[in-house]
Amino acid sequence: MKALELDWKPLALVPLLALAALPAVGSGSTWVTLTVAGLAMGMIIFIIASGLTLVFGLMDVLNFGHGVFIALGAFVATSVLGAMGDWTGSAELWRNLVAVVPAMVIAMAVAAAVGLAFERFIVRPVYGQHLKQILITMGGMIIGEELIKVIWGPLQIALPLPEGMRGSLLLGDASVEKYRLIAVVVGLLVFGLQIWTLSRTKIGLLIRAGVQDREMVESLGYRIRRLFVGVFVVGSALAGLGGVMWGLYQQNVVPQMGAQVNVLIFIVIIIGGLGSTGGALIGALLVGLMANYTGFLAPKVALFSNIALMVAVLLWRPQGVYPVANR
Amino acid sequence: MLNRILSNDFPRSLVLALVLAAVLLGLAFAPFLFPGVKALSVAAKILIFIVLVASFDLLLGYTGIVSFAHTMFFGIGAYGVAIASTALGPTWTALGTGVAVALGLSLLLSLVIGLFSLRVRAIFFAMITLAVAAAFQTLASQMSEITGGEDGLTFKLPALLSPGTVFREEPLLGVSLDGRLLTYYGLFVLTVVLMLALLRVVNSPFGRVLQAIRENEFRAEAIGYRVVVYRTTSAVLSALFATLAGAMLATWLRYNGPDTSLSFEIMMDVLLIVVIGGMGTIYGSAIGAVIFVVAQSYLQDLLRLASEAAAAVPLLAALLSPDRWLLWLGLLFVLSVYYFPTGVVGRLRERALRQRPARA
Repeated sequence: MKALELDWKPLALVPLLALAALPAVGSGSTWVTLTVAGLAMGMIIFIIASGLTLVFGLMDVLNFGHGVFIALGAFVATSVLGAMGDWTGSAELWRNLVAVVPAMVIAMAVAAAVGLAFERFIVRPVYGQHLKQILITMGGMIIGEELIKVIWGPLQIALPLPEGMRGSLLLGDASVEKYRLIAVVVGLLVFGLQIWTLSRTKIGLLIRAGVQDREMVESLGYRIRRLFVGVFVVGSALAGLGGVMWGLYQQNVVPQMGAQVNVLIFIVIIIGGLGSTGGALIGALLVGLMANYTGFLAPKVALFSNIALMVAVLLWRPQGVYPVANR
Repeated sequence: MLNRILSNDFPRSLVLALVLAAVLLGLAFAPFLFPGVKALSVAAKILIFIVLVASFDLLLGYTGIVSFAHTMFFGIGAYGVAIASTALGPTWTALGTGVAVALGLSLLLSLVIGLFSLRVRAIFFAMITLAVAAAFQTLASQMSEITGGEDGLTFKLPALLSPGTVFREEPLLGVSLDGRLLTYYGLFVLTVVLMLALLRVVNSPFGRVLQAIRENEFRAEAIGYRVVVYRTTSAVLSALFATLAGAMLATWLRYNGPDTSLSFEIMMDVLLIVVIGGMGTIYGSAIGAVIFVVAQSYLQDLLRLASEAAAAVPLLAALLSPDRWLLWLGLLFVLSVYYFPTGVVGRLRERALRQRPARA
């Protein structure tokens, strides 16, 4: 990730946005609460978006069906957590973790398995054809959403936070919800793990090389396609994890949540530059912060503010903050 | 003569020509052929969808870019008529103002979105339109003082168009000659005119450039055409036609709400109709719309029957429930993109092409 160290300007955007919002919000303690909420939301969005952006960068596949894995993960979590009521009801954090961690693992496993099938049956036949990809993956999204409705019903399901993760801590005057801190920590863990994989392992090296120049890597004898399937599956699993966290963040899940989050994710990966993990992190944090500030200041235009943010970034850097893929 | 009217774009298949003629005649005499309130509503819905889908085809089939904001423009047209008629009362001025303002807004929005996203990369257009459409839908349901929120707006139109206005006491061939019938024929004429206009657009030199861009963007640019300008113009035109379709919808229903004109489900319907009918053939939208709207209006009842029959197997019953209509739609959509990419019109034309050398 050399580019990250060299190009500091996009990194400065996040604190800049946070500082610019301070006078608008007015009260300092509210600002701290909103900022932490924004960072937590940003980290969750990053977890979801990072897989999508790599899939695009590596194989030029634009997956409009990514949202389905988010919803799938969240719904699997409702079933798992619902079955472990004894553990989630306990006030001790470690007992909650015993419930939440398996929920996350199972959600990721289910999302990964479905991702594998999705890649095989939906995406693979339309490699290299953008128009059909968009249409087909959108169709896949609809089918997935409807199947979720068949299995879990079309209504909203509550996904309450485990006892030990509820409540908030006081930082001076500002109250910060515990779960948001947990989300930031998990997000940083995922980001760290990704950066480590991408920059310190051979597979990571191949992925990065593949994003930059697929044909060159292929000509050196590596099977990019197999690598791509792996990235797609991991990306789906991450979306499932993100879905669990998003569901716990909202404390309820609806079958349409995938489509809702999808919109945010597209904004994120456009801001970040298609194919760039670092860019996706910056984009996600910007979008998370923006959504929380405007949600507080002018709730009706919250989604428009993120579009405006994207427009501003694209005017500055038309290929996103960290353009990676050479196409 | 026919040559000029159809802009030299003939069906190029005998079967297709016959089907199209049947559709045209069927819609022209729908009130007499298929009596009943529901049948007339279905026919009107077909007319509206023909225009909506054909305008989308200009973008998807001829220019090769995907927009998910097409229902947004459809909604702008419908809301334009609805809001103007609510605010200014049931007059022709209100109707005209509503349509004009809606067209202006659509022009502006599509121009901005198009210039902005197509300048960078054509696939950005799909993502950005999806985001903008989602934002617009939220906005429309939240600004309830103006748009009526989730409930929508019910409004009155000029008396001439209302079902209460009866032109002749005794019915003609069993059909009462009232404002409703006049509205239907207004929509019919408008649909025919708009379709011919779209045929004119896609068969003009401008339309040829669009197709060149669809086939090979790089080459088109190399020949000297400004790809961004052409794509944006196509997006704007398509948005304007969709706006008119929206105005037609509101005029027919005398009601508009987020679910009737803005919902993502309609976007899905439009996509499916374009694919079934045949992308890149304006005629396909007419055939697709007829098949789809009829299926949607009557097959949901069939699905309900099937679901009741399968009540013994809970999962199957859940799959067949009429509420899961979209599931089958999605499945149909994916399958048709795979195995039926040229649609009905494309298939018929291929067949005609294969038969011709054999005959000669």
